[in-house]
Amino acid sequence: MSGLHPQLPFPEAAKSELLSAQLRSNLRKVTHTIREKRLSAVAELPYWEELRVLGEATKNEALAHLSDHLLELEKNVKARGGQVHWATDAQEARELVAQIAERHQVRELIKVKSITSDEIELNKALDERGIHAIETDLAELIVQLSHDTPSHILVPAIHRNRAEIQALFNRELPGEGHLSDLPADLAGAARRYLRHKFLTTKMAVSGANFGIADTGTVCVVESEGNGRMCVTLPEVLVSIMGVEKVLPTWDDISVFMELLPRSSTAERMNPYTSFWSGVTADDGPQEFHLILLDNGRSKVLADQTGRQTLRCIRCSACLNVCPVYERAGGHAYGSVYPGPIGAILTPQLLGMQDHNANTLPGASSLCGACFDACPVRINIPQVLIYLRGEVTKDKGPSVEQLAMQGMRLAMSAGWRFEGAIKLARIGQGPLVQDGTISWLPGMLGGWTQSRDLGAFPDQSFREWWRERQRNQAKAGAPTPSDKSPANRDAKEPGEQV
Amino acid sequence: MKVDIFPTCINDALFPRTGQAMVALLERLGHDVRFNPNQTCCGQMHLNTGYRQDAAALAHKFVSDYEDADVIVTPSGSCAAMIRELYPEVAQWTGDHALAKAVSDVSPRVYELSEFLVNRLGITDVGAYYPHRVTYHPTCHAMRSLRVGDAPLKLLQQVRGMTLLPLEGAEECCGFGGTFSIKNPDVSTAMLADKVQHIIATGAESCTAGDNSCLMHIGGGLHRLRSGTRTVHLAHILASTQAEVWV
Amino acid sequence: MTNTPNAIHTAEARLEVLTRINRAAQDMVAPVKPPYPQGEVLSREAILEQFEDRILDYKAGFLRVAPAGVAQAVATALAGETRAVVPQGLDLAWLPAELTLLRDSPRLSHAELDGIGTVITGAAVAISTTGTIILNHVAGQGRRALTLIPDRHICIVRASQVVQTVPEGMQAVASSVTAGQPLTLISGPSATSDIELVRVEGVHGPRQLSVIVVEGI
Repeated sequence: MSGLHPQLPFPEAAKSELLSAQLRSNLRKVTHTIREKRLSAVAELPYWEELRVLGEATKNEALAHLSDHLLELEKNVKARGGQVHWATDAQEARELVAQIAERHQVRELIKVKSITSDEIELNKALDERGIHAIETDLAELIVQLSHDTPSHILVPAIHRNRAEIQALFNRELPGEGHLSDLPADLAGAARRYLRHKFLTTKMAVSGANFGIADTGTVCVVESEGNGRMCVTLPEVLVSIMGVEKVLPTWDDISVFMELLPRSSTAERMNPYTSFWSGVTADDGPQEFHLILLDNGRSKVLADQTGRQTLRCIRCSACLNVCPVYERAGGHAYGSVYPGPIGAILTPQLLGMQDHNANTLPGASSLCGACFDACPVRINIPQVLIYLRGEVTKDKGPSVEQLAMQGMRLAMSAGWRFEGAIKLARIGQGPLVQDGTISWLPGMLGGWTQSRDLGAFPDQSFREWWRERQRNQAKAGAPTPSDKSPANRDAKEPGEQV
Repeated sequence: MKVDIFPTCINDALFPRTGQAMVALLERLGHDVRFNPNQTCCGQMHLNTGYRQDAAALAHKFVSDYEDADVIVTPSGSCAAMIRELYPEVAQWTGDHALAKAVSDVSPRVYELSEFLVNRLGITDVGAYYPHRVTYHPTCHAMRSLRVGDAPLKLLQQVRGMTLLPLEGAEECCGFGGTFSIKNPDVSTAMLADKVQHIIATGAESCTAGDNSCLMHIGGGLHRLRSGTRTVHLAHILASTQAEVWV
Repeated sequence: MTNTPNAIHTAEARLEVLTRINRAAQDMVAPVKPPYPQGEVLSREAILEQFEDRILDYKAGFLRVAPAGVAQAVATALAGETRAVVPQGLDLAWLPAELTLLRDSPRLSHAELDGIGTVITGAAVAISTTGTIILNHVAGQGRRALTLIPDRHICIVRASQVVQTVPEGMQAVASSVTAGQPLTLISGPSATSDIELVRVEGVHGPRQLSVIVVEGI
């Protein structure tokens, strides 16, 4: 995986990920645990549904006048001594960070977990310029030390269990070697390793959970304290923020401070949240840069159905409840945005013509669990269905398209459909054994790989109904139930087909 | 009451007994059941596979087929959800204002069978008798799109002679998802494997649900494993009486 | 703007991004926002009890005392520690007489702060629903590094500062945000759930948090 770009179509990527029993068992355990916890954290607030509606409306309001809010944010950050930069794409954002680092002659910088920075593949770009970015979030550190890629929005190393992390830390962290597999021990090792870096590193890079326009404030939500360290102790701080993260006013932040922690870590509140506005005299970094990143977001905003995706606050609740994510794992999505939200965000950011990304809207059984869990009410199933339509719209003729058109034609009238059923009954002949189909050709073979299929019965419902009507008529029973206009259209089947 | 039924294409062609059971049940409850033989399919498969123009054509057909129906009852949560929740989207995505209007007119009259009985008619005891051990799988679209809630369970709890067994992970999708099961067979199969395992673990003779597409998927998995556990649509259980048990 | 890297390039990008966004959002209408939902309003006593319950749930220390008992409570929370960094503006009557006070003036370096085990501060406001303390880093709380680097944070909150809901808490610090002050929201000691989603207390921030609520003020 690199950044946003999947290297394989989802079905193929999922097939190889499914082979890993360890991954599946790790994922199953954690997603089920967090599901239960989230439900109880949410049940504590009797007004949860109203909060979701308010969160949705607040984000919609922000998006409706997005450029105004961005300009106000820019104005207020600058007024408080910060610098604001704009990047149309990943390359420009990477260049900005690298130039700031080079101007300060920084060879090493510390980072707070930021999916946006992963989206633009910042670390790799910095590395190529001889600048080493150290991930300070525990899970990101695990991913970095094992040369792995994130598989979850909130817990990027969710696919690793404690035994794997124990082995990794004992091998990779200087001075370690005798760590137990207790999470407290492993967290302690990360503390020892990073402490000196926090106290001495000159420059830090963060993402931003929210930007608040009317106060010029940036917000980072976290748990470990690595975020506080990064936004407080270095001399230079660079925050990369997707343009959709801006909120109009300070009053708008509260609803998200309620929605986000309960949806993501299933806590009443996450341990630490930092807010800062530009530069504060005698407190924290004295040079602050805010990079406002588009990278496809304005394209998403232009789509009436797809734009709701931009309400996402990256809580990852949709991943945790998704049966497809649970089985396939985050890596199968091939992007820093996995799970249901990734299945709609990644292809929209890249454009529907990306042949790997455009398989992602198909990576769902449309069960709807993600919509129920989403704190800002993104109707993910609806967007998935919509995007499937966008994919086929741009495609040339295909077997699938012909099949769909054929079926639609067969279904354009009752008598045609009846004819088609009769044909299918004949056509299935060679495939049926004891009333069951256990093998189907071509694409349909996906079904019979693990399931049998009942054969078409000898009489369809409509044939039964007609027979019943006739018998009732013969018996002199009243037959009011066939509607006359329909009867007029319903030709005798058989001869026309 | 004059009740128009929409058996759905899949039941019409593959599971006609479910439509027959629904007719038997509704007539037993004293309703005048009507079937317009020009009806075919709601277009869900087309829409979910990405063919919204085909879906729009079928949506037009549905609303015209049911123009003069008072209530439309269907033994499928996902088809009812398609009509009520997704037809408006189809109209929007294809810029079809006439369809949008026709849909807003027809969709309040569309009911999934269990919600029709419990929420519209206010009946939970339909006088059914079904002497078997049964477990119930709530289907995703009935549960999350239509919000039928516990209507099916309320009906099942009143069935005489039946033992209703709780299902672990009941609210998890079986992995069907229409063409998802064909396009993503590996993930779909992994989901089905868990569902089937939980069903077998209940010791039930059959698994019931309000949707034959999900049951076709679950039943296909149970049959492949030669588990002996069968699937039965909710309508069959509710239609069953001392005199005639529908299987 | 001499400080800005690549200033011209960024100006072009700025225009480009804003133009794209304006074009994309031209059909959008801001919705009417519903009012903030209200839960049950708790009594003062119930708010303090809820705050205690939440703080303990985070595995932080909690003591509730009369004004005269604060110094003793701080001594208990110090657990034998003899010195602590104390920001200017904190009421000295709250501190045990025998405590060695370390001051941030002249400014302590990061390394010096790393050698200090405990920090004692006040707070701006606290939220009972979530067990959250908000620091706005004015007098009595000190700059952000003070409450970050030492491993134990003892935070003294006046009972009157404890509000029930998140919006009440955020509203209480609105004016200091407008004035440009940074904020830190603290809900329990530093923690991580990154290994198998098990919450472990104590990573980079203070691993011990003690909250002392002073009644009647």
